[in-house]
Amino acid sequence: MFELPSGAEIQGIIASLKASVGFFIPEIYLSVLFMLLIVIDLVAKGRKNNLLSITTLLGLAGSTVFIYQQHALPAGELFFGMYVLDEFALFFKYFFVLSAILAVVVTMADEQFDREVKSMGEYYALIVAMVIGMIMMASSADLLMIFLSMELVSFTGYLLAGYFKRNPRSSEAALKYLVYGAVSSGLMVYGFSLIYGITAQTNIIKISLELAAHGSDSLVMILATLLVLAGFGYKIGAVPFHFWSPDVYEGSPTPVTAYLSVASKAAGFALLMRFFYVAIPHGALPPEDKLGMDWLSLLMIFSVASMIYGNVVALWQKNVKRLLAYSSIAHAGYLLLGILVMDQFGTQATLFYLLSYFIMNFGAFYVVILISNKTGSENLDDYRGLGKKMPLAGAALTVFLISLVGLPPTVGFIGKLMIFSALLTKGSLYIWIALVGIMTSVISLYYYMLIPLNMYLRESKQPDEKVMNPGMAPQIILAILMILTLYFGLFFTPLSDFAKYSSAMFGITLH
Amino acid sequence: MEQLTTIGLNHYLTISAFLLGFGLFAVMTRKNAIVVLMGVELILNAANINFLAFSKYNGGMEGVMFALFIIVIAAAEAAIALAIVINIFKLYKSVDVSSIDSMKE
Repeated sequence: MFELPSGAEIQGIIASLKASVGFFIPEIYLSVLFMLLIVIDLVAKGRKNNLLSITTLLGLAGSTVFIYQQHALPAGELFFGMYVLDEFALFFKYFFVLSAILAVVVTMADEQFDREVKSMGEYYALIVAMVIGMIMMASSADLLMIFLSMELVSFTGYLLAGYFKRNPRSSEAALKYLVYGAVSSGLMVYGFSLIYGITAQTNIIKISLELAAHGSDSLVMILATLLVLAGFGYKIGAVPFHFWSPDVYEGSPTPVTAYLSVASKAAGFALLMRFFYVAIPHGALPPEDKLGMDWLSLLMIFSVASMIYGNVVALWQKNVKRLLAYSSIAHAGYLLLGILVMDQFGTQATLFYLLSYFIMNFGAFYVVILISNKTGSENLDDYRGLGKKMPLAGAALTVFLISLVGLPPTVGFIGKLMIFSALLTKGSLYIWIALVGIMTSVISLYYYMLIPLNMYLRESKQPDEKVMNPGMAPQIILAILMILTLYFGLFFTPLSDFAKYSSAMFGITLH
Repeated sequence: MEQLTTIGLNHYLTISAFLLGFGLFAVMTRKNAIVVLMGVELILNAANINFLAFSKYNGGMEGVMFALFIIVIAAAEAAIALAIVINIFKLYKSVDVSSIDSMKE
């Protein structure tokens, strides 16, 4: 049925592969790091020292050099349209490497690892594997590559969520993450098969051309859209695909929760933006374009539902990790708002919001870890009186929470401001959605501020005024994160310029 | 009558739609974690049949490649899933998804 390629064709294929490898160096470097970590773990077996974590930190820091070198390369497709390199992908490469570095730093501060597991074993290798997967998610331009990279991220995520294997709650988190993840990725791949059936293409740029040229059966396409969004929605944790997130966030080791809530969510957004902007054709006149509008209205519903559900249900939460899980559902809603705008300003606002979410969310989880190191609890009631016992941690947590609400002078305020102003440039319907966003932000003020209320204004049940010292290194890192939150809230130009530079996407069809 | 005697694209698509339905049914109604994972396999195989059928009728090789990769991914997923389920069984002495629910408020 298919003819074998001739010798000259094979030579051409090999030459093209060789040319593509030059654009793939950070990924290769990280793969080598991944294997190196496994070997180091085998050699230094059983010994509990910082060798693995230091190697991971240095290795990840080294990868930024290779990513930086890619700025000089031209944007384009690699490996026969499987993969792309553009400014948008570079942004996420930095983002994921930095969040993995912070995840390692946060892990080193978490004393629960000393109690729960005998050796750190493959933990750091899995973190690096997840970075590779997420980088590929942000850069893939083919349905096959999207599926493979997403599964790489999911599998490592399941294992990391269940890393405390003697702990029932951690194992339960892994099981729930697994069941929801497996079902939603199965549905997504069924949706891909329908898209492949309609267009006979797997490259997203070619899919876009095909859909624009020949149109499609609207019933099949809306079914495919829903199925594909089930996969993407699971990764970003938006309503109605959010059921896993509260239990997984509460049960997982806290550094993994922080990592999943920032990096894995950002990877889902990178994929969603690339797929929505590139694969779905958006005509010159958006209202005329049915397919783009279907996606737009679905995302609009998801966004509004996420903002309302996440913020309202968080009001009842007594566990701080669970509270932050619901808050992360709400933040997925705010991030979706930026995607709805569908222009360069909207993309810039979304990327900026991701950066701000990165700083403030990691900071908040870091404080949660430091507090649970000392008190052994994540319950809101046990935070009473901690403001006096841990002054710096209390102050830092307050700053991060103010930033999560979106109040000045923090980076979270600028993020929300950019998203809402991008929305308001688009006209009447969007004003109502922006209003929903602003109203739900006001609701969120209540539950976020419960934490400082407990820390500062309520006396603890056991009145011992002993000061708890979380250690020197964690306090320095915490102070840096807190200062960054405030600094970028006042001098946000570098971040927003970087986000603007990164909003260039290869093969984009927006007008 | 000819529609019924010669096997065409629609036959494959119908089978795959049925498989998807059975898979979803298993995922939603069954409590046993192993049976839920079997439902997921059915969903993945439904996608496989779709890809192969479309590949045959569209005349490209992409669908075949996709099906091969789905098979590999499904195997990897089964390995990880069984490891997690075995661990759950050690801790809870049960693999009933609905009874493993310690974190609800």
